[in-house]
Amino acid sequence: MEFKDYYQTMGVERDASQDEIKRAYRKLARKYHPDVSKEANAEARFKEVGEAYEVLKDPEKRAAYDQLGANWKAGQDFRPPPDWDQGFEFHGGGFTGADAEQFSDFFESLFGRGGLGGGYTRQTRPEFHARGEDTYAKVLIDLEDAYHGATRSLTLKRTEMGTDGRPRLNERTLNVRIPKGVRQGQHIRLARQGGAGVGKGGAGDLYLEVEFRPHRHYHVEGKDVFLDLPVAPWEAAFGATIKVPTPAGPVDLKIPANSSGGRKLRLKGRGIPARESGDLYVVLQIALPPADSEAAKAAYSEFEKALEFNPRASLGV
Amino acid sequence: MLSILSGEVLEEEVELTLAELCRTCQLPAERVFDLIDEGVVEPLGRDPVSWRFRGINVRRVRCAQRLEHDLGVNVAGVALALELLEEMERLRARLHRFER
Repeated sequence: MEFKDYYQTMGVERDASQDEIKRAYRKLARKYHPDVSKEANAEARFKEVGEAYEVLKDPEKRAAYDQLGANWKAGQDFRPPPDWDQGFEFHGGGFTGADAEQFSDFFESLFGRGGLGGGYTRQTRPEFHARGEDTYAKVLIDLEDAYHGATRSLTLKRTEMGTDGRPRLNERTLNVRIPKGVRQGQHIRLARQGGAGVGKGGAGDLYLEVEFRPHRHYHVEGKDVFLDLPVAPWEAAFGATIKVPTPAGPVDLKIPANSSGGRKLRLKGRGIPARESGDLYVVLQIALPPADSEAAKAAYSEFEKALEFNPRASLGV
Repeated sequence: MLSILSGEVLEEEVELTLAELCRTCQLPAERVFDLIDEGVVEPLGRDPVSWRFRGINVRRVRCAQRLEHDLGVNVAGVALALELLEEMERLRARLHRFER
C-alpha cells in the first residue's frame, strides 16, 4: 500500500493552521469539483483532496496521522505500525458527510471504513421497511444510437452489504434500451434497478446519464447536429447538388451558387429526432485542390489571370 | 441471455410530484422550498399539493446539493453557480465546434 502525503495533496506545510487547511481545501475543492471543473483528472483529484481534508481538518485524525512521522514520502510502500493509534481516542462518527466509500486503502488501514465498518448491523426489526437508494451511472452511446435507438450492454460495479454485514463489490451487466431521441446529459430512469430496499421497501431506481462518444464528423449542441462539409471551389461558385452524410443516412443537398466558406445550410428536422426534431446544420468548408501537377499549376495561374481577386480587400490593403 | 431493460427519459417523459422529487434527491421538502425561492427549480402548478417538477430539476437539485455540501456555498450562491455553469456548458459546446 502506498503512503499518502496528505499535506502535499493539500499543498500546505505540516505546521499549517486549521484555518489554512480549510482555505486550501476550499480552493482545491472549487478547482477540482466534478460539477465545476473540466480538467481531465478532476474527479480523481477531488477525491484525493476530500480524503486528505477528512484527515487534516479533524485535529484527532490529524494528530494521529502526524505521529506516523514526517519522513514518509508519498508513494512509498506503507504498512501501519502495530498499535500505531494507541493512545488516541477517536470520537465515534468522525466521518462528516464525506463519501467514505471513496477513500483509499491507505486511509482505510488507518481510520477504517466510515459508517461501513464492523459497527454496521443489519436492521432486524421485522417492522422496518425502507425503499432502496436511487443509484447513478453513466452510459456512453454513439450519436447514431440517438437517431435510431439501440440496445447497449453495460457493466456496473456497486458496493453492496452482504448478509454478514460486510460490504463487498458486486458487478452486474445490464442490457438497456437506449430510447430514440435521447440527448447528451439526459437521464434514463430504470425503475427498481437501484439499491435494494429493506423489508417490504422496494428497490430504488437506477439513473443512467447519457453521454455521446465524440464523433469524427458530427458535433452536437442540444438536439441540433453540425457537420463541416468540404466543397470544391467550383461547387461553391456554381452551386451543386451533392451527397451529404447524415447520422440517419446520406441525403442530397443543394449548394446555392456563390456560397462562401463558413456558410451554414440548415436541413430542417434532420437533427436528433423528437416531437420537434432538431436540425442538421451543414457548414461549408472550401477545400483547395493542391497545386502539385503541371496541369493544376496552369489552372491556378489561369484563375489568377482571369480574376483580379484581392481576398484582403476588406482589410484595406 | 439477459432481458432488455427499458427506461424512460427523465428530462422528457417524467414529471415528479414534490414527494417524488424529495425521495429521488434524498432531501426534505423544506430544502426544496429553499431552492424554489431562489429559482433553482421551478414547479408547475399552483400549490405544493398539485406541484409537478420537470425531470431536468432532478439534475439541478443534485448538482445544487453537491455544491452546497462540497464547497460550502449557500442557496443563493448555488443558484448563481448553476446559471453560470449552464452558460459555460453552452459556450463550451460552441467553442468546441470552432476548435475542431
